[in-house]
Amino acid sequence: MSAHDTAAPVDTPFFTRGVMLLCAVMVTGIGFGLYRMLFSLAAVTNLNDQYPLGLWIGIDVASGVALAAGGFTTGALVYIFNREQFHAIIRPALLTAMFGYTFVAIGLLFDLGRWYNVWHPVIPFMWQGNSVLFEVGICVVIYLNVLYIEFVPIVTERFIGRVNLPGFLARLNDPVDLALRFMDYFLGKIMFLFIIAGVVLSCLHQSSLGTLMVIAPYKMHPLYFSYLSPLFFLLSAMSVGFPMVIFESMLAARSFGRKPEMQVLTPLARYVPWLLGIYIALKIGDMLYRGTYVYLFENTLPVGMFWLEFGLLTVLPFFLFLSPDVRRSPGWLFTAALMYICGVILNRSTVFFIAYQPVYGENAYIPAVGEFALTIGLIAALMLVYRIFVTLFPVLPLKEAEHGGH
Amino acid sequence: MIHTRRTFLKQFSGTAGLILMGSRAQADVSNGQDHSKSFGVLVDTTLCVGCRSCEQACNEVNTDLPRKPLAHFKALSILDEKRRMDYSTYTVVNRYYDIQEAEQKPVFAKFQCMHCLRPACKSACIVGAFSSEATGAVQYDSWKCIGCRYCMAACPFQVPAYEYRNAFTPKVRKCTFCQPRISAGELPACVQACPMEVMTFGPREELLREARAKLAAFPERYVQHIYGENEVGGTSWLYLASVPFEQIGLPKLGYHPTPGYTEPIQHAIFKYFLPPLGLYSLLGGLMWFFNKRKNKTPDCKGIHAA
Repeated sequence: MSAHDTAAPVDTPFFTRGVMLLCAVMVTGIGFGLYRMLFSLAAVTNLNDQYPLGLWIGIDVASGVALAAGGFTTGALVYIFNREQFHAIIRPALLTAMFGYTFVAIGLLFDLGRWYNVWHPVIPFMWQGNSVLFEVGICVVIYLNVLYIEFVPIVTERFIGRVNLPGFLARLNDPVDLALRFMDYFLGKIMFLFIIAGVVLSCLHQSSLGTLMVIAPYKMHPLYFSYLSPLFFLLSAMSVGFPMVIFESMLAARSFGRKPEMQVLTPLARYVPWLLGIYIALKIGDMLYRGTYVYLFENTLPVGMFWLEFGLLTVLPFFLFLSPDVRRSPGWLFTAALMYICGVILNRSTVFFIAYQPVYGENAYIPAVGEFALTIGLIAALMLVYRIFVTLFPVLPLKEAEHGGH
Repeated sequence: MIHTRRTFLKQFSGTAGLILMGSRAQADVSNGQDHSKSFGVLVDTTLCVGCRSCEQACNEVNTDLPRKPLAHFKALSILDEKRRMDYSTYTVVNRYYDIQEAEQKPVFAKFQCMHCLRPACKSACIVGAFSSEATGAVQYDSWKCIGCRYCMAACPFQVPAYEYRNAFTPKVRKCTFCQPRISAGELPACVQACPMEVMTFGPREELLREARAKLAAFPERYVQHIYGENEVGGTSWLYLASVPFEQIGLPKLGYHPTPGYTEPIQHAIFKYFLPPLGLYSLLGGLMWFFNKRKNKTPDCKGIHAA
């Protein structure tokens, strides 16, 4: 019996005080979201003609995609590089990626002026091969489907042999069970195709998110304009994948009253300094090559953000992850992971609405209360949905106490 | 053949249809490369007196914009506000001051969409809602638009504005170059309305010749530069001025078209789909290698419960 066999639905009570709080935050956010839908973007956001992209693009969409990178990095680690010892985290990582991308799509709907046209990019006669955004959109749509397919076995496992439809539908129990078994068997045979596709699609759109603002060379602060921007976005997304898995795993452990799975997380954290190191080295190399270090002591907001997101929240966690003591200590590991996660969120926000300096920027953009409320509300909703799923489906590993009994 | 308001109707209306039909038939301007026959407008800012007749004419002709009262256009104090186009205006005139001259001579500049030959908005648009017409106009199709506003972030002149207050059918707003009018052989409304003949409408190539002739004939009157000839790959609207262009609200830009920064990256990544397929194969190979070494078949039994 291998490690992944032991995933099971969580049996802790669903409602706690924390869950109630999450519900309240979610409802508030959804309230602002509905208000925006009914009464326009201007009614809720501080977006203007100078700053067309704001908090919702910087955090809900761009950071959301980056933070969901745990799905493809863990997938690559476990299945492509065959590191079996990490099986226990593949399901939580996958689930977070699936919900992460789903919530990116939902968050995007609130930002799009004509959200009901969101499907237009998939219609062939509207394909626009020159558009970076088109590539991002198409890759995200396909990847979202790949993630749903990768999730199917978790559903089939939950229901095979347990199909129990109500009322007259009961006669369908056997055919449904058979269909699930077939799907389970068939997908098991071809799943590796989807795993690889997921990694390729992720590399494509994670990097292209970084290409987006390259079209505005005259508006970007020099510290944030580089032809290597796509590579920076890809590498930082790959770097944040494992810290995100670590963060979530420890958060879930705490929430469900379990011990953090340090036996998996500590070795996982070993990979982080490698990825992060390459990112930092390239970023500094690019800065030296293009001579943009001259801006480092300029007294402006983008430069301040650079020191904060790169200096404090990227380079410092790199050194933390480098230390074996940090990797072994739950508290320090959690801190290091959280620091770099914040670093990535600030990096994406800086690119889209802080280092972005409009030609005629007379109206500054400071995100409105409603924008923050929806963003936080969506994060709360994501956490709730995650909790519902791990309660219903076999995602998280069994508790250690029960583990022995198997 | 150069056309100001007065000579235009006589000379132009007859031939316009033919020129347009011809160029429309042969010109695939999708890449913005063939602009030898497209039109433009030469704006000689030294002639502008800031009467705002162009703004008024624009508002009258573009009936889908919010109506503005006559009094709005007669108020000249607004000229000092350094306005930009917004959801209700396709063009604005601002007043600047020549800081070199002792008596602070006013300089007026009219802004609208520059109608780039290599439009960033068009390259950026996720659904191809922008198109380059044979006339030189860059057109927007709200029916395709999803409202992502990436065009606004991409535009180096920061022209497209958004109907943020419109909850259900917001549009990107920008000057249309009076595409319906110029296709029908008429002048753009602003060009026609200008009492000072600040603007000259005509084939872009001829306008450039005319502009060079002016620069040569009155070297003391003009800064020796035609703004828009080469900026971001060239624009249909061209400017002459007596002061540096940055002083009258026209940003200093390089000559490389801005889509030229992103499109090579995009096209390199997707060249014959080889890079994605190559990566797929490489990862497939790695998967085979690592699973072979451990004497296991790559069947992803982790997601798929054993």
